[in-house]
Amino acid sequence: MANIVFQNVQRVFTQNGQSFVALKDIHLEVNDREFVAIVGPSGCGKTTCMRMAAGLEHPTGGQVSVDGEVVTQPGPDRAVVFQAFALFPWKSVWDNIEFGLHSLGVAAGERKRRIEHYIALMGLGGYERAFPHQLSGGMQQRVAIARAYVLDPKVLLMDEPFGALDAQTRVVMQEELVRLARQHPRTVLFITHAVEEAVYLADRIVVMSARPGTVREIIDVKSIRESEDWDQHKRIEDVMDLPSFVHLRTHVWKLLRDQQGSLAH
Amino acid sequence: MLQPPLDAARFWRLSLAGAASFLGVWTLAAMSGITSRDFLPAPWDVVARFGQLMVEPFAGYVLHQHLASSLQRFAMGFVLAVCVGIPLGLLMAWFGWVDRLVSPLFETVRFIAPIAWVPFAALWFGIGIGGPVLIIFMGAFPPVLINTYRGAKQVDRKYIEASQMLGASSWRAMTEVLLPAAVPSIVAGLRISAGLGWQSLVGAELIVASSGVGYLMVKGQAAVSTATVMSGMVAIGVVGLLIDIALRRAQFAIERRRGL
Repeated sequence: MANIVFQNVQRVFTQNGQSFVALKDIHLEVNDREFVAIVGPSGCGKTTCMRMAAGLEHPTGGQVSVDGEVVTQPGPDRAVVFQAFALFPWKSVWDNIEFGLHSLGVAAGERKRRIEHYIALMGLGGYERAFPHQLSGGMQQRVAIARAYVLDPKVLLMDEPFGALDAQTRVVMQEELVRLARQHPRTVLFITHAVEEAVYLADRIVVMSARPGTVREIIDVKSIRESEDWDQHKRIEDVMDLPSFVHLRTHVWKLLRDQQGSLAH
Repeated sequence: MLQPPLDAARFWRLSLAGAASFLGVWTLAAMSGITSRDFLPAPWDVVARFGQLMVEPFAGYVLHQHLASSLQRFAMGFVLAVCVGIPLGLLMAWFGWVDRLVSPLFETVRFIAPIAWVPFAALWFGIGIGGPVLIIFMGAFPPVLINTYRGAKQVDRKYIEASQMLGASSWRAMTEVLLPAAVPSIVAGLRISAGLGWQSLVGAELIVASSGVGYLMVKGQAAVSTATVMSGMVAIGVVGLLIDIALRRAQFAIERRRGL
């Protein structure tokens, strides 16, 4: 069961002798093959949540577990897609995607098969020998996504992966990610501050409060998406036109706006 | 430069003017009779002597044979510095305990000038090749180590995190992430290192018995032939410049490949 469980997670930062609470009482479960988005204002600690699941940071209280095991350090079973891509500039596209497979001890034939599969899937054909600096931002992030998926990880952690892209590329990438997510369902924890993006991509949305970050509300999107059949519309703008989409988006916006208490809806 | 760069024509005119002035002052000083022509030869005396040394053996060999001998020692000392410096720099950058172990010793020893190692080398190696190689190593090693260490330490955190997420072992992290990331810094260090190693050459060859450009200069001094000594200096200067130009080219080629 590749799930992510945040149990009573606390995160306190100390700087120059002063401590401040970044995260407070985080209880959250991402179920197997569920796509959960965390949205919240800047500095609410949503990225910190992802980094704790990745093992790049540690909670000061409580624990994060993946598939029943407490997370202590980073690893290829919890693949991360970073906002800044973090592709190795000295390696080609192919070598970047292949890097983690060596750590997993995957045999050469299987490596080739997997990499070719994701290169085709992410539309990177012809760019295998190119270097990151020769690619646009969108292409680089496609490589980063391929690099994460190719590991066949238990969970995928995405930290505002489209944040560094221009608006039009961003939309294209969102459509592609939805396609990918429906075709190859995986447990995904997706961090974003863009409400529309979260509503479009996620099965559930976790709305966080400003610092100290806590969970304000968890919204079920999947049931609405399925009952209103959003997936019949292939284009993102058609989905975003639907009344059910707009209603949901507005609801989340209001939650983010409202700084204290909860809004009666 | 605070002012815009010069166009090529102006650059060459100014450089030639500078060189010409220098040669002019030198010639005047030599011709003025202030001191004997043996002590201060005119520029053409040096050129003549240089040409002579290329065909007539002096101190055992002709000039290019002495040069070859020097270059061989330089290459050995330099390669040794690189083979020790780069791996050690990476290890120190990755493993904190290696850093703490090596740094204090290194920081103390590095301020001992290469020349100061000559008596020690003479005692340990006598006139064997180990002596010059040690001196050149002492000049070439610090920049390689420091630049490798700094380059590796300054690798953007995101690459380290990515490599950890991708499950890289310490070995892979050092060879596939730290090392390539540190290459620009390392190559810059190699240029400095080559320069310092080559400069340490004369000091190294003070204790060598039979060949080398530094040896040639010492013999020239003994024979009171300033022209010979200056010919040696010209040879050292020209070869040093060529080495630097070659490394500079390599540096630019690497930077271009990386898209920097």
